[in-house]
Amino acid sequence: MRYVAPFRDRARIREVAARIAAACTRPWRVMEVCGGQTHAIARHAIDALLPAQLELIHGPGCPVCVTPLAVLGAAFELSLRSEVTLCSFGDMLRVPGPRGDLLAARALGADVRVVLSPLDAVEVARRCPERQVVFFAVGFETTAPATAMAVELARRLALDNFTALCAHVRVPPAMELLLAAPDSEISGFLAAGHVCTVEGVEAYPAIAARHHVPIAITGFEPLDILLGLLDVVTQLEAGAATVTNRYPRAVRAEGNPAARAMVERVFAIVDAPWRGLGVVPRGGLALRDEFVRFDALARHALALTPAPEPAACRAAQVLQGRLCPTRCPEFGRACTPETPLGAPMVSSEGACAAYYRYRAAGLSR
Amino acid sequence: MLERFERAGGLPFARVEFGAIAREVCLAYTPEAAVGDYVIVHVGFAIARLDEEAARRTLALLEEPAP
Repeated sequence: MRYVAPFRDRARIREVAARIAAACTRPWRVMEVCGGQTHAIARHAIDALLPAQLELIHGPGCPVCVTPLAVLGAAFELSLRSEVTLCSFGDMLRVPGPRGDLLAARALGADVRVVLSPLDAVEVARRCPERQVVFFAVGFETTAPATAMAVELARRLALDNFTALCAHVRVPPAMELLLAAPDSEISGFLAAGHVCTVEGVEAYPAIAARHHVPIAITGFEPLDILLGLLDVVTQLEAGAATVTNRYPRAVRAEGNPAARAMVERVFAIVDAPWRGLGVVPRGGLALRDEFVRFDALARHALALTPAPEPAACRAAQVLQGRLCPTRCPEFGRACTPETPLGAPMVSSEGACAAYYRYRAAGLSR
Repeated sequence: MLERFERAGGLPFARVEFGAIAREVCLAYTPEAAVGDYVIVHVGFAIARLDEEAARRTLALLEEPAP
């Protein structure tokens, strides 16, 4: 069967939007957690299909955006070492760090390469034994299994010139942190579909129960997002708070056991700083002691140096869902994709980038 | 998914078509995926095989009358 067209079908979309409008009698604020969903909402103008009382707020679902400034600084420093080749996902290259972005480092002579997969970085290490290859490992639960396999493969191949600068984070603890804020205005969540593809659904019932918020696990097509919203609104109106899976074609209850096992083997769960949110209890992953020889900071004897956040950038409020990007005074003025003040304007999953990219067509409100 | 093969380190791989292009994708986490299946690919790894029956169930929700 075709997996995209039916989930973008206009008649079905109108039908679900009408059901949401009929169900919604009070003001609700629903947060989508994944930056991919934020972009889908902006791209397909899904907010324009919703009743005025239902407001979508955008969560911290952008791994590039929540990577601490100190880690960006460390990537910059490492890349400038003559023996180092830094391999990174592409959208990290334009994120402003304490001394500039990684493209600026490249202009200073750093060997910075874009990879599409952590395995590509292992391949660079295999082919260039004289280089110290550092993979800049950022991402949610979706990406962690790929980094874990890259580290495991480097172990199997006995590579002593591959390390990872790890800033992997875990989404459910961050959702819980946002809900725990005394002034939280989040009525319900659309949970990130691909995070659940890997990790399954088991983290969510406890969060839904503790904070009395409905959570719908949702995919990325317009119909997926609307079905998730229909679930959440129906539950909110009924005073219910359970977890539903509206992305069962990709999400099994147990997630992907093989991927989870590899993550568990390579990484330990740790408290971790999220840029814009602060330290999230159990919100990150660190290499286990057995794999510490693949830790870039340890291998290259580099410590993280705290760096002050740029004053004009309101990314922290955007990442917490407290500021719609278009209400930021710098949005589209001092801050554009060409001259970004913060990561959400340049990351492919950033909320500011989503609004900037699709705003021209009048798709944001 | 177009064809399966193996790579250094003993990892299973496949060539996967994305619209007009094809890329090599690691199948370590979806060893059950077969040629002709649709998979979700993230940073070079297939993380799930799409379940056709589940997709049909989701669409069938709409055939039920609104509550």
